[in-house]
Amino acid sequence: MAYKITLTVNGKTITAELEARTILADFLREHLSLTGTHIGCDTSSCGACTVHINGAAVKSCTVLAVQADGTDITTVEGLSQNGNLHPIQEGFNQEHGLQCGFCTPGMMMTAKDLLQRNPNPSEQEIREALEGNFCRCTGYHNIVKSIQYAANKM
Amino acid sequence: MIPFSFEYKKAASVKEAISMLDGDAKILGGGHSLIPTLKLRLDSPACLIDISKIESLQHIRDNDNSISIGAGVTHAQIAEDKSLATHCPMMGQAAKEIGDIQVRNRGTLGGSIAHADPAADWPAVLLAANAQVTIQNSNGTRTVDIDQFFKGFFETALEEGEIITTITVPKTMANQNSAYVKFKQPASRFAIVGCAVALAMNGSTIESARIGLTGVADVTYRPDNVEKALIGEDLNEASIDKSVQDVTDGVSVMSDHYASESYRKHLAQVFVKRALKKLM
Ligand SMILES: Cc1cc2nc3c(=O)[nH]c(=O)nc-3n(C[C@H](O)[C@H](O)[C@H](O)COP(=O)(O)OP(=O)(O)OC[C@H]3O[C@@H](n4cnc5c(N)ncnc54)[C@H](O)[C@@H]3O)c2cc1C
Ligand code: FES
Ligand code: FES
Repeated sequence: MAYKITLTVNGKTITAELEARTILADFLREHLSLTGTHIGCDTSSCGACTVHINGAAVKSCTVLAVQADGTDITTVEGLSQNGNLHPIQEGFNQEHGLQCGFCTPGMMMTAKDLLQRNPNPSEQEIREALEGNFCRCTGYHNIVKSIQYAANKM
Repeated sequence: MIPFSFEYKKAASVKEAISMLDGDAKILGGGHSLIPTLKLRLDSPACLIDISKIESLQHIRDNDNSISIGAGVTHAQIAEDKSLATHCPMMGQAAKEIGDIQVRNRGTLGGSIAHADPAADWPAVLLAANAQVTIQNSNGTRTVDIDQFFKGFFETALEEGEIITTITVPKTMANQNSAYVKFKQPASRFAIVGCAVALAMNGSTIESARIGLTGVADVTYRPDNVEKALIGEDLNEASIDKSVQDVTDGVSVMSDHYASESYRKHLAQVFVKRALKKLM
């Protein structure tokens, strides 16, 4: 059975028909070609799939697309505005916050949730906020610096 | 990973959700226990009834003698709530330790206790808080004391066709003087051992104690021997060390690849003491 959903993704209204079992991460990647949202573990552990639903960071591998009906979604593609990098993206660029880049979209979306709630986080608070996001390359130090850069700029 | 096919229905009210709950249908709360199970194809309900849009389940209410929490309230909402921080600080402490921020933004209190994972945090906290669970079915509502709610391994007093609507935490001296501590499994952050304590004090003397333990046995429990031993004691290091003996007395302690039975036993003892010492 097909279900019709209408939602906003990165400011654009989208209507789609899909199966109830369609996972939000797959919907974003395969139906909308927004491949910035990565699927790492597919078991709600790694955070690579993090997007915002109504402003709150969630793991899109553990949300059904039908649950997102009527919501406002932001993916990593929605961070930059008019070709200008978001301060979080600028931070990752300036502070060398990525190596392979696989975890980066999720890191940025979790950082955005943190900075909304706490605009001036301590280093410890940044590290705690990232507890659901795994990085296999950087050792996290430069990711923390990237978020500090963004916090100073925002 | 793709679940088996299922139907999906969005309920606008608890009544409507109950009327949809027939046959092989399942409630969908935050989905943060259920969706992973479906993706692993460990379960295949014919229909999911989404209750996350039901407005009446989303609120924390500060009443005269209690705080009532809608079943659909998220862990993140509880972590931020001011009235709970004042009247039942162990609730906020536990909420902040669940999973990670993404999980806390989705997972709900009602979903967690309905699921009754032996390593979940809320069962221990609500046990210590002497909470009540309000359950609705097609005949009306019933209220279950938390001591009667958790029945066993992933098993509760919830019957077919029923929905948890509210969890009520009494405003007591003990809940105001409460704490939660947890030894986490570092990857999932579920509790290997979690301990909640609520102490009613008369000056420096313990008048009564409620202790909830999770992660230790196949179901959350209260070490009543320790609760009794604490009554009449002063809250200090020596009396805690003396009173907290054998917190796993009469309990079959779990063993898995994270922690053996003897290590868990040891942790349980240590974490009951830590929780109590947090209140000194
Ligand atoms: C990565 C990860 C880490 C986690 N870490 C922790 C942790 O550290 N500590 C912890 O305690 N938990 C942890 N959890 C579990 C999390 O807290 C879940 O959100 C919670 O266990 C279930 O709540 P839910 O709202 O997501 O329920 P769902 O997954 O929607 O439902 C779970 C079950 O409850 C039923 N149900 C849901 N709501 C109701 C209701 N109102 N009435 C009757 N039945 C209902 C459903 O039918 C289903 O059977 C973690 C989960 C993940 C994915
Ligand atoms: S892909 Fe969603 S948490 Fe890893
Ligand atoms: S940069 Fe490679 S996983 Fe983080």
